[in-house]
Amino acid sequence: MIEPLIYDLSSPGRLGVSLPETDVPPHALPEGLVREDLPLPEVAELDVVRHFVRLSQLNHAIDTGFYPLGSCTMKYNPKVNEDAARLTGFAFTHPLQEGSTVQGNLALMYSLQEWLKEIAGFAAVSLQPAAGAHGEVTGILIIRAYHRHRGDAKRTKILIPDSAHGTNPASTSMAGLQVVELPSDARGNIDLEALRRACDDTVAALMLTNPNTLGLFEEHVREVVDQIHACGGLVYGDGANMNALLGVVRPGDLGFDVLHFNLHKTFSTPHGGGGPGSGPVGVAAPLADFLPGPVVEAVEENGSEEAPLYRLVMPAQSIGRVKAFLGHFGMHVRAYTYMRMQGKSGLRAISDHAVLNANYLRARLRDTYHVPFDRICMHEFVAEGRWEQAPGVRALDVAKRLMDFGFHPPTNYFPLIVHEALMIEPTETESKETLDAFVQAMKTIAQEARDDPEILHNAPHTTPFGRLDEVRAAKELVLCCRPVEMEKAG
Amino acid sequence: MAYIPHTERDRQAMLAAVGVGSLDELYQAVPRDVRFPDLDLPEPLSEMEVMAEVQALAEANVDTRHYACFLGAGAYNHFIPSVVDHILRRNEFYTAYTPYQPEVSQGTLQSIFEYQSLICNLTGMDVSNASHYDGATALAEAVTLALAHHRGKRSTLLLSPAIHPHYRQVVRTYMQGMQVKIHGDESCCTGPDDLIRRLDDQTAMVAVQYPDFFGHVADFRALAAAVHAAGALLCVVVNPLALGLLKPPSAFDADVVVGEGQPLGIPLSFGGPYLGLFTTKNEYVRKMAGRLVGQTVDSRGQRGFVLTLTPREQHIRREKATSNICTNQGLMALASAVYLSVMGKQGLRKVAELCYHKAHYAAEAIRRVPGYGVWNEGEFFHEFVAKCPKPVAEINEILLEHEIIGGYDVGTDYPELKDHMLLAFTEMNSKEEIDDLVSALEEASHD
Repeated sequence: MIEPLIYDLSSPGRLGVSLPETDVPPHALPEGLVREDLPLPEVAELDVVRHFVRLSQLNHAIDTGFYPLGSCTMKYNPKVNEDAARLTGFAFTHPLQEGSTVQGNLALMYSLQEWLKEIAGFAAVSLQPAAGAHGEVTGILIIRAYHRHRGDAKRTKILIPDSAHGTNPASTSMAGLQVVELPSDARGNIDLEALRRACDDTVAALMLTNPNTLGLFEEHVREVVDQIHACGGLVYGDGANMNALLGVVRPGDLGFDVLHFNLHKTFSTPHGGGGPGSGPVGVAAPLADFLPGPVVEAVEENGSEEAPLYRLVMPAQSIGRVKAFLGHFGMHVRAYTYMRMQGKSGLRAISDHAVLNANYLRARLRDTYHVPFDRICMHEFVAEGRWEQAPGVRALDVAKRLMDFGFHPPTNYFPLIVHEALMIEPTETESKETLDAFVQAMKTIAQEARDDPEILHNAPHTTPFGRLDEVRAAKELVLCCRPVEMEKAG
Repeated sequence: MAYIPHTERDRQAMLAAVGVGSLDELYQAVPRDVRFPDLDLPEPLSEMEVMAEVQALAEANVDTRHYACFLGAGAYNHFIPSVVDHILRRNEFYTAYTPYQPEVSQGTLQSIFEYQSLICNLTGMDVSNASHYDGATALAEAVTLALAHHRGKRSTLLLSPAIHPHYRQVVRTYMQGMQVKIHGDESCCTGPDDLIRRLDDQTAMVAVQYPDFFGHVADFRALAAAVHAAGALLCVVVNPLALGLLKPPSAFDADVVVGEGQPLGIPLSFGGPYLGLFTTKNEYVRKMAGRLVGQTVDSRGQRGFVLTLTPREQHIRREKATSNICTNQGLMALASAVYLSVMGKQGLRKVAELCYHKAHYAAEAIRRVPGYGVWNEGEFFHEFVAKCPKPVAEINEILLEHEIIGGYDVGTDYPELKDHMLLAFTEMNSKEEIDDLVSALEEASHD
């Protein structure tokens, strides 16, 4: 049963909210500037509640079932984080309030900056970027500003491995720099020979995702970093895969110069059906002055007990603001709460179990699904959804069939360097029982692919919706609906 | 260990299946000398201990539930009906990812389609994307659209000085790697006529704000005509709540309408997460950044929704994409969709009128206080600039003693407007609060 659109539930004159009458004398409305019609729905509160609750029930979510979506770190989102972010003192503070009135907020942001610095081995952090991709373009702009500040304006190239997230090249273009793609070698590492050829004095930086999108730790990471530094370039780390590295290794210790964090992946803030995220950026000492601001700093003791302890400052050579106000504070509260509960030992346990879960799935599935780069992986791995014995079956069919077993499919068709890729990231919060049930489903599907491929081609069967016609959506392009009256009026 | 379900027995069985003897052995590829750093971090706390700690941090703040708030400047203290947060707390919404698998994501997809529809109908525009990070980044992406539209042949951008200072700063940050000339906002108080005079065949886009940073509302029809005659695009930055009362920017023939969606049911939350609105005309849809949801049918003939026109996006187009945006503000878009649904045609108009009446009541009262004045000329919506007899910081300090969060110091961004305070009024400010503000302002002028 499909759910009507909110406009279909509308009836003229119906109210959904009670509001007070004005307690001040009304003022004449601005002549010539008042709109004649406001085409919003007219529905009761119960209509709204039922409508959106019913819609919610059409979603798969972490809280309804396993969600092994590679590269997305769909771990459990603790409920206490949600309560913390909604505390009155946080949720009802204005971003432009005087610093002395928001010391609690600034203290929290300061601690979060400090912890992220310590976890990743950097000298400074800005919490302002709103998401991972936003952190990337921020990082590339920092690198650009750093080189130019040193009078080295010819560095306009960013080297990016072919296994990288699509955001890496897109962020580079947005910053006005040129992308040079690097191939991967047979073990899934960067091709060192290609890297050597690409390194010259026009290279601004290398963008490196480590572990990479195959879930593999770059085996020559030291050589790669040294090579880039030797030619005067910097190393940008895509922190999307930090869930494998907490307490294991600090990117700063490996020589990375810049890294963005995804608080919505590693630090358990919810994905919200596509956002909001939060993408703080950490940098090594020579780049600290270029961070976007404001950032929070601790104020030196000056003897006065009344003085605020924290304040907002703009770094000296800042690239500027990357968004209005201070960043996604609500996400900072959630990540803070999570990190405070985990502490030092808990953070290491997160990575240990994320990596254990991924390797366990890899070990259990490698005889059934071809794993092209089959070695100890980190928090995720990539298998192929294709078999010689089942020529018509594709990764997409495996993905859709998994839904019938109550599982969200892995990421498919990424990374681009693997054919029919199924990128599987279980995260640390899933139990062995859940992983075993997933393995069982994957094996059943592999058998079906040979015996009865039509079951896969027509999947999913048990979800409220069957496969959707994406070609038609792009061709006919219906992107919004109008109220019924407007539709009738043409 | 919080949120990790493994028993010791599970761990041993799993390590055996992998073929390693310990967890440490999983990290052979990590250089040994930097493996397992001893991090200087606090030890774990229990849930009740953490909650006590964050509660104490929250209580160290002054908040708008305990103090009267007249601070706006791009983020506003509005009433949020309970139903909004109850829907946001639906686990199926907030713990889902981007709806890449439409068969199990119709809840998110239809909600975004409805969000797009509500925002299109509110702004009068043809298409809305599924959101940007905030109003400032939405404006920066509008600039990118304009540059792409002119295919590099035009590279000048005219910004009204009455656009939020943060937004203009963000545009400059985004554009620092591009060969773009940005001007028009050198002085605080030039109007649309100055922008018209500066138009030439290099102008890619002109951007204005409505209501503007100082609260003014003006008809931009003459500006739009001049901008279009010069072959440029017009972008209007809106406060969507004001559109409950005011003519939509489509009435001025705006090409792109962006704005901050926070007033539509999103808490102040110290600056975020908020909601970047982005709408345009049909002809620019393929140049637009961000996700779009479109209607289609499924294999069973049911109406359904999918992400569409994805070839514009980074995961397909990589360096040639319209933007790098991936994660957006999905849940905040849902908040605004629920808010607009429950407010409806009559509720949103009423909230907008309440804001308008209260601001005008306050302006009349402040005008009469010796030493103060109203700087604005012409119409304003729910915000105006008060001329003050002394520095804004000093006045605000006295207001705080009266449990009042005062206005924004406009001199921070516009040196010409030293000792000018931007005050915002919403349905949350009772007459009594406004009267208290007026008498506290009077008291502040005496000291």
